[in-house]
Amino acid sequence: MTVAPEKSDVDVPEGYVKLTIDGEEVVAPKGELLIRTAERLGTVIPRFCDHPLLDPAGACRQCLVEVEMNGRPMPKPQASCTMTVADGMVVKTQVTSEVADKAQQGVMELLLINHPLDCPICDKGGECPLQNQAMAHGRTDSRFVDKKRTFPKPLPISSQVLLDRERCVLCQRCTRFSDQIAGDPFIDLLERGAHQQIGTAETADVLDAASHTSESDSASAGKSASAGGQPFQSYFSGNTIQICPVGALTSAQYRFRSRPFDLVSTPSVCEHCSSGCAERTDFRRGKVMRKLAGDDPEVNEEWICDKGRFAFRYATAEQRIRRPQVRNAETGELEEASWTEALRAAADGLAKARDGKGVGVLPGGRVTLEDAYAYSKFARVALRTHDVDHRARAHSAEELDFLASRVAADGGPAGGGVTFADLEKAPIALCVALEPEEEAPAVFLRLRKGARANDVKVVHIGQWASPAVEKTFGELLACAPGGEAGAVDGIAQHAPDVDEALRSEGAVVLVGERAAEVPGLPTALHRLAERTGARLAWIPRRAGERGAVEAGTLPTLLPGGRPVTDADARSEVERHWGIEPGTLPAEPGRDVTGMLNAIVTRDLDGLLVGGVDLDDLPDPALARKAFDAAGFVVSLELLPSTVTPYADVVLPIAPVDEKSGTFVNWEGRRRPFTVTLDGTGALADSRVLDTLGVEMDADLFTQTADAARGDLDRLGAHEGTAPKGTSVALSATKVPPGASAEPPAPGDGQALLATWRQLIDDGSLQIDEPALAGTARRVVARMSRATADGLGDHVTVSTDRGSVTLPVEVTDLPDGVVWLPGNSPGSKLRATLGAGHGAVVDIAGGDR
Amino acid sequence: MGIFDPVKGFGVTFGMMFKKVATEEYPEIGAPAAPRYHGRHQLNRHPDGLEKCVGCELCAWACPADAIFVEGGDNTEEARYSPGERYGADYQINYLRCIGCGLCVEACPTRSLTMINFYELADDNRQDLIWTKEDLLAPLLPGMEQPPHPMRLGDDEQDYYVNGPELARGRGVPEQETVETDTEEAVR
Ligand code: SF4
Ligand code: SF4
Ligand code: SF4
Ligand code: SF4
Ligand code: FES
Repeated sequence: MTVAPEKSDVDVPEGYVKLTIDGEEVVAPKGELLIRTAERLGTVIPRFCDHPLLDPAGACRQCLVEVEMNGRPMPKPQASCTMTVADGMVVKTQVTSEVADKAQQGVMELLLINHPLDCPICDKGGECPLQNQAMAHGRTDSRFVDKKRTFPKPLPISSQVLLDRERCVLCQRCTRFSDQIAGDPFIDLLERGAHQQIGTAETADVLDAASHTSESDSASAGKSASAGGQPFQSYFSGNTIQICPVGALTSAQYRFRSRPFDLVSTPSVCEHCSSGCAERTDFRRGKVMRKLAGDDPEVNEEWICDKGRFAFRYATAEQRIRRPQVRNAETGELEEASWTEALRAAADGLAKARDGKGVGVLPGGRVTLEDAYAYSKFARVALRTHDVDHRARAHSAEELDFLASRVAADGGPAGGGVTFADLEKAPIALCVALEPEEEAPAVFLRLRKGARANDVKVVHIGQWASPAVEKTFGELLACAPGGEAGAVDGIAQHAPDVDEALRSEGAVVLVGERAAEVPGLPTALHRLAERTGARLAWIPRRAGERGAVEAGTLPTLLPGGRPVTDADARSEVERHWGIEPGTLPAEPGRDVTGMLNAIVTRDLDGLLVGGVDLDDLPDPALARKAFDAAGFVVSLELLPSTVTPYADVVLPIAPVDEKSGTFVNWEGRRRPFTVTLDGTGALADSRVLDTLGVEMDADLFTQTADAARGDLDRLGAHEGTAPKGTSVALSATKVPPGASAEPPAPGDGQALLATWRQLIDDGSLQIDEPALAGTARRVVARMSRATADGLGDHVTVSTDRGSVTLPVEVTDLPDGVVWLPGNSPGSKLRATLGAGHGAVVDIAGGDR
Repeated sequence: MGIFDPVKGFGVTFGMMFKKVATEEYPEIGAPAAPRYHGRHQLNRHPDGLEKCVGCELCAWACPADAIFVEGGDNTEEARYSPGERYGADYQINYLRCIGCGLCVEACPTRSLTMINFYELADDNRQDLIWTKEDLLAPLLPGMEQPPHPMRLGDDEQDYYVNGPELARGRGVPEQETVETDTEEAVR
């Protein structure tokens, strides 16, 4: 028994307690768990189930310590991961207490009784907490001589997660993650005693067979394939693989690929959405083997979505373009060429087109800040135009004003912009035209966390109670697609409580990129923010969009949010770039659709295109017509795309793993990353454009990402009350409230189309990932019972361009509305229907 | 120096002429080595020909000279190379680096990796000194068949690990010859 030191001169501030750990006095905040207080002292108590971001469970009992309260020792060692600190507590960890040490060794021995000692064939081997802690806190030998309990393995619980029940230590990290963080509790503890195991509804069906040993192997394997139930379909399932403290959950994609000592790890940033999650990229022999979630408490905490984790093999796809190609004038075929030759051809063609009717620039939304800046500068300096627009999606002039006044002028986290942390504490978060789980999964996780922990009221203005609405404990204000503007304007009337909440301190409104498709919505949101004082945050889908706004790849904006129409801003930029005063046109350029139309009408000759898929554009048919008509097309691409057949010169560029750069996430936070695979010879867009610029006698100074960013930063943000002009444009509503709110009325056999893209779909960065594709949500058409009435099992949704036939799922949509996924297998709406959110489509019973 | 010393010197020379010669006639009469000499590596097989290597990379981990490269692979029902889930899909030893220490052999959990007597590891180019799985795999003895093929000796890998020697006899691997030492025998 230890006696607490009698007197001490340590001051205990309010809200803190003083206790003794291993004879050392510590002051700890009330409510802190013992295991963490000890950690701050430098004593690591072994643990499996404890995870700082999950609720304490006390499931594994590995963290036992001796505790003494009020001078009386507790009868048994206590789990330090569930016990909070208290005044006068005396704790002895394995360092000073033989009892604690023996208890830990005992637990370890017990955990290893049925453990298969699979290390040589286990993916966790080499980075396994069980291995490490067994070495540090286990007995040297086991006294267990009987036959071990075995299970058939591995059991696929989804196409990307494999379960090995023999290795599981039943810590319940995976189930707690799925339940608490992701809200997808498909995975749970089943059975009791020695047969207790992790499983899904599907595996539960085969429990009987599975809980016996090898004799039943084949029988159960056969059965599990055919069993019903819900597999572990979660967009966040990869996190369970990462937090599983043993090799019980492994990744189908990374299976047996390498060992930790083979891997070189670099910190990186996810390129898939605008959340900008921190990642760790592990590569071996010049090839990326896996991506893991990085730890960034400000942004993604320790979680990432499965797309960010598993979709990276597009960069090593066989069809990747590795050498420049130039179209042979005689044969009309693209032929490989040297860089010198290709750049010469591109520069000549672009110069000729520029001196003719001009060249438009379409950088696409996946660019880094530096690459966007290079496109922006290339358009202005080398092509002498403002015809540049990165919005390879539905867009509108109204959105352009919105971006200029509300997004470009928002100073990011430093300037009081909405941050991830704000989502957690906001009294209300109103999501408009945004499906957070599908479009920005990290945002969804934060909203859910806030709703769980701090009662953040999450309100969605959308069409149906999607899983995200349910999992954020949200309230749905349903409206017809296209009716969002009216819904926003009418909040004060039909949802006074929401309106009230929006007026309170810290309220936020989150807007998705779909807002551009709804006439009047950006303006209505602007009005709402002005009226209630709620802060607006724009959460686009693609990683590069916010950075591109900052870099000025918009027809109305120069870098740093400077309006093109502002003479002072123009001359500032001209001075900085060292170009003749007055060279920058005073008039804004054309947007994407404007450029395409101009090509068709022969008012524009050439196009310089980055990562753009024609089927993402609002009108793919118009786009194809325009590209066909264009005099000269230069494509900077990683993989052959819908642009490639029209390109006169194709210049290969580097994927994110092979370049450095910065993404600017939706908060406006810079997310710099360094090169992972060095020396592959692949060049970033900024470098290619720089060299192309030299060929055209224009100096961009964007040879490296650092140089480009330095150049942009020296220019700085726009000073003064910059976007006043545009802000006025926004408030001087072009569309009077109410009028805009009326979506077109569908007639008989028609419906209004609601759509957004699912996280896991046919996106071009998801090719070559069968395991990931297996966890995509089912592709169905959703509509209300009344709308589905008489259609049968399948519905055919059509426009004059084409049709899509999908199984019907009755959902709580408003009548006369049909929802389809935007770009999933069998449902590529832009490409087949040429229609988007809010369009009127024909519906009929589909045969299949 | 005495007057007879030069003669004494000749005496030593003369005397040696009648003693047994220690010179090994290499390479004329082969490449002799002690029976347990550690020469090059060999990747052994189970008695039915399946590979013992599970691609665990422990040998690569143990190697102080970083001479070994391994990449694991997933056995499927259609293509099985070893009993169990995992096999060594890619296996290379760089004999420019190997220092013959044998730590890899000690690390191997399946006794897949052993060393045989063969030591003639010299060449005139670097490329040929990187030995691949095909070069290192033990030859097929009677009773063995070339993988991929299903497990012939049991239902799962346990049967292979637990009952290896009996199974070997059952397959008709010649008496006195363990599956791990064929070339050793041959060289001797
Ligand atoms: S979980 Fe850890 S201890 Fe268990 S087999 Fe895998 S590596 Fe070994
Ligand atoms: S599968 Fe892993 S995370 Fe889940 S309970 Fe078992 S050991 Fe814990
Ligand atoms: S013998 Fe030693 S140096 Fe050679 S491969 Fe084995 S461990 Fe490496
Ligand atoms: S030879 Fe042995 S140690 Fe090396 S990978 Fe194969 S099984 Fe593992
Ligand atoms: S870590 Fe404390 S019980 Fe598991």
